[in-house]
Parts: sequence; structure tokens; C-alpha cells
Amino acid sequence: MNAAQMPESDPRFVLRLFVTGKTPRASAAVANLRRICDEDLDGKYELEVIDVLEQPDAAEAARVLATPTLIKMLPPPLRRIIGDLSDREKVLLGLELRARRDTQTGESSGS
Amino acid sequence: MTTDRDDRQVVKLPTGIETFDVIAKGGLPKNRTTLVSGTAGSGKTVFAVQFLAAGIRAGEAGVLVTFEESSADIRQNMHGFGWDLAQWEQDGKLYIVDASPDPSVETIESGSFDLGALLARVEHAVRRVGATRVAVDSLGAVFSQFTDQSTVRRELFRIAWALKSMDVTAVLTAERTADYGPVARFGVEEFIADNVMILRNVLEGENRRRTIEILKFRGTDHQKGEVPLTIVPAMGIVVIPLSAMQLRQKSSDVRISSGNADLDQMCGGGFFRDSVILISGATGTGKTLNVAQFLKGGADVGDRCLLLAFEESREQLFRNAIGWGIDFERMERDGQLRVVCEYPETEGLEDRLLATQRMIEEFRPNRVALDSLSALERVGTIKAFREFVIGLTSFIKHQEITGLFTSTTPSLMGGTSITEGHISTLTDSIVLLRYVEMFGEMKRGITVLKMRGSVHDKAIREFTIDGQGMHLGPAFRNVTGIMSGMPAYVSPDELEHIWSKFEERMTQRERRSDRRSGMDRRRDDQ
Repeated sequence: MNAAQMPESDPRFVLRLFVTGKTPRASAAVANLRRICDEDLDGKYELEVIDVLEQPDAAEAARVLATPTLIKMLPPPLRRIIGDLSDREKVLLGLELRARRDTQTGESSGS
Repeated sequence: MTTDRDDRQVVKLPTGIETFDVIAKGGLPKNRTTLVSGTAGSGKTVFAVQFLAAGIRAGEAGVLVTFEESSADIRQNMHGFGWDLAQWEQDGKLYIVDASPDPSVETIESGSFDLGALLARVEHAVRRVGATRVAVDSLGAVFSQFTDQSTVRRELFRIAWALKSMDVTAVLTAERTADYGPVARFGVEEFIADNVMILRNVLEGENRRRTIEILKFRGTDHQKGEVPLTIVPAMGIVVIPLSAMQLRQKSSDVRISSGNADLDQMCGGGFFRDSVILISGATGTGKTLNVAQFLKGGADVGDRCLLLAFEESREQLFRNAIGWGIDFERMERDGQLRVVCEYPETEGLEDRLLATQRMIEEFRPNRVALDSLSALERVGTIKAFREFVIGLTSFIKHQEITGLFTSTTPSLMGGTSITEGHISTLTDSIVLLRYVEMFGEMKRGITVLKMRGSVHDKAIREFTIDGQGMHLGPAFRNVTGIMSGMPAYVSPDELEHIWSKFEERMTQRERRSDRRSGMDRRRDDQ
């Protein structure tokens, strides 16, 4: 894909989801996130699911305590959303998708 | 074969904090969790890190989980105690799991969660360094990082449970809002751990008093009640376990000279070597003189002497001693004397006790004199003062050192000081110095009130002071009421009569019973 063709206001989302093992809570979080991403990000995202039992070093490096924890790496600023992501509104708020939609519809959001 | 822990006896893990192990009767219950609860500034973090540091020094690796201070802050703050956390981390003896909040990242909660990542990090850290000790500081700070408190509660239980299965001995700290009140702020911390300890930092009469109390050791023994402690640089927490010290005292029948032949005679041949003598008297009666003689007497036979002076400056002391024919400066030059002059207010009593003990360990004196206890009394509370005296007496007795303390009576004539009331039972011998007013003249009297385990002269004898020191004269035979401060004169005839009666009775009694000591007789006759 040509990067120049991508408008700057529409960056790709880089997401990391930390979960513990194959628990129901972990699969719920993954399913909830995928649904939100497919519907609201038009599939323009990279998602890495990290199992803290397999990669404790990654949890250590990211200083994660709770699982599931979703970290929005890009676009900045860094945001964390804790929980199984069942509260769709809060997830959208955390991903700052509300603000993004506003700019898409041409409304000023103060740059 | 069963591996159920409850089937076996609780094993104690010596923490390496020696003074703590005394009150914990061996250490912390091994492979169990212990809650250390306390108000802000009570020393929780210090205890937690010291627990790990002592382990590392004994070859046991540790993991520190910090929820409150960042790892960088902890490394810096603990450096003053001589604990080089960064070095230990480098050497693979310590792992710090930094779970402190990151204020730069905004966090939102959406739905249910657990602390699985934290648990995974802790387990990983324990495996990584092969830790047998874990310290978590502090539980309360976990609550402040999440809004869903019931989840945090549940998860803390799960983590405590997991720690037990990891075969580590864990210390968890928790905050309290008051020094006397609920064990910890969130009301659950005490149920998470097997054992509970409380650290206190109470303001008592303008003085801070730190104590430690073991509230609960599940299934095993410990000392009860609050025990004073102090936090000192380069050492950390030092507990001052009084009852344990008292048990170890020795007793010898070796006599040493008081530095004055007459006084030795009054005491039945001198002081006992590992005894503590209290010299009590009003200002100017000659207490410091007795101290000086005691030190000189030591130096003359090659003893090393330590003088802790809280009433006079060094110059004053040395000049006065010269006036009695005693050269402190020469004694110091010869390495037989060390004089420490300090204002009593410069240190709290707990710190003073520790500093004194360290000084004694370093200088290794045979004799220690302290002038005066009364000056120290005003520094702390009565309780702290009593603990100081108990601590010092038992320490010096244990080291086979002779101790000479002075105490100042508030009134010029007669009377006892408050100091004496608190410490007279702790000392082995008491010598009283008193002013005696006779025919318009002030005279000085001396008497040996108590001499544990020995006969002694019970007379009140007059003494004079000159360029050669103290000289004992005859007994005040025709005066009564000296000790009460109201001397009255008795005509020689009457006196003769009383004494003959008295001595008659004494001889009768002596014949009746040889077993009883001179001290008992004296009490009966009073």
C-alpha cells in the first residue's frame, strides 16, 4: 500500500491486547474488540493478542497489571482500556473514535 | 505422602533482621504471608525492603512488588540504608516488579477484569531469580489504581493464595489511617495474610515513639505487645526487645574498685564487676566526683573506661577532674578513657541506646559511666526512659562491664528523684550522697543504700572533698532524719542508749539465722 495515498487524518490503528490464558474473559475481550474494530475501524488496524502466561516479559515491559488490557499504541496518545471490553461506548471513547468521526463529518474539533 | 502444609509444624524463617527475630521467636513463619500494617511514615516500606535485603545478604534471592513508589524512587530511597538494590538486580539476586501507577497514560475501565498480568509478572520474577522471599508494598495502593474495588479484593486474595503455592515467604504491607484502630484501611488486608504485624509511629508528649507489635502468628509463638524500635541509617529497622535482653544477664562475684578505698570498704570490698551502680544526690554533692574516681580506679588497673556526659562540657569536666587530682586528658591519651559529651536533646532515647551500644561494642570498655540519667529523662516519655535504662543496663551487664549511673535529686536536702523511682529496681547497688546541715554548716553524707548480694556498711558517713578527691570521715552518729532532709540532733546519751538496744537485737538475730543476708536484716530493722 502506498503511504502517500493514506490521508493523515486516517491513520492505521496499532493495538495490543494482553490476556491471561484461554479464559472465557480472554475470548470475550478478543471477540468484543474484533467486532468494534471491524465495525468502526473499517478493518484498518493491526491487533496483537499477547498471553501474559506465555510472554510475561511483554507484560513486564508494558507494565500491565490487569487482564484483559488493551493498549492503543498508535495513533498517539497512548491509551489503556482495562476489562473484557463489553462496554462498547467506553472502548470507543478510549480509542478516541468519537473524535475521529467528528472530523470525518467535517465538523471542526479544534485541530 | 502428604504435602499438606497444615499437617506439619510451622517452620520459622530467620529474617536476618536479628532484633526482629528475637521478638518473632525465630523469624517469620516460612512459606506464609505476613501483613505489615502501619500509618504513613511508620516504616512499612523499610521493613519490606529490609526483609529482602537481609535475605539477599544471606544468599536468598527476593522479589519486590512496588505499587506505590516507582522502582527508581525505591532504589534511591533505600540507598541510605546501605541497600544497593540496583547492584542486587544486576547480580540477579533481586527483581523489582514495578506496578506503580503511570500517570502519563490514561486508563479506562470497560467490563470485568482480573490481575492476571500482575500475577504472571510476579511468578515470572520469582522463577527468574529463584526467589524465596517476596515483598509487596503496598496493598492499599492497588485499590487506588482501579475503580472496581470488589474485583481488587477478590484478586488480592487470589494473589496471596498464589504466593503460598510458590513456596515463598511473603511480606505484604498495608496502610492504616490511625495508629490505634482498624488493622488496615480497606478491611480485607488482614484476611489476605496468615500473620499480622503492626508498625506504629505515635506522638507521645512531643516525642515520636516507634513500635512494632506482632498481632497474630497463625499456629506459632511470638512475643506479645508493643516493642520499641528505631530506624537508623545504614541499618534500617532495629527492634529493641527488652524482655529478651533481661533473660541473658550474667552475674559475677568478681569485685572491682570504686576508685576510692573507703567507699570500697563500705561496699564490702568494692563493686561487683558486671553490676550497675546508681549514685544519687543533689547538685554539688559529688556525683561527678564519684564518676571521676570510678574512671580513675579503672584506669589505674588497666581498665578501659567510657564516660557519657550529658550535663557538663568537656572543658568543664576535665577542669573539675584536675581539681580532684584526676587527669582525664592523660587517660584519654593513653587510650584508657573515652569521653563523649553531648546535649541530651541531640538524639531520641531509642537512637541514643543504639548509638551507645555501638560505641561500647566498638570501644570495648570495662567500665561505663553515665552522668546523669536525670538529664536524659527529660528527653523522652517515662516509658521510653525506662526502656532506655533497661536496655542499657542489660546490655552492659551482658558484656561484663561495670556501669555507674548518676541521678540528680530535685531538692537539696533529702528526697529521691523521679529517676530513681523508675530505675532503682534495675540497679544492683545504690549509693546516696546527701547534704547534711549541722550547726549552721553544710556537710556531706554518703551511704550505701543497697548492695545486691553483699553485706555493706549501713552507716551514713560524712565525707569531704579536696584536691585529692573524696575522703570519708566518721558516721553521723548524733543526727537522725538525714535521708528525709530533716536532720534532728540526738543527745549522745540517748543515742548511746538506742544503739545499745539496737546492737543487742542485731546480735540476737544474727545468732538465730545465718542464712539471711545483710540486706534483709536492714529492711527488717527499718
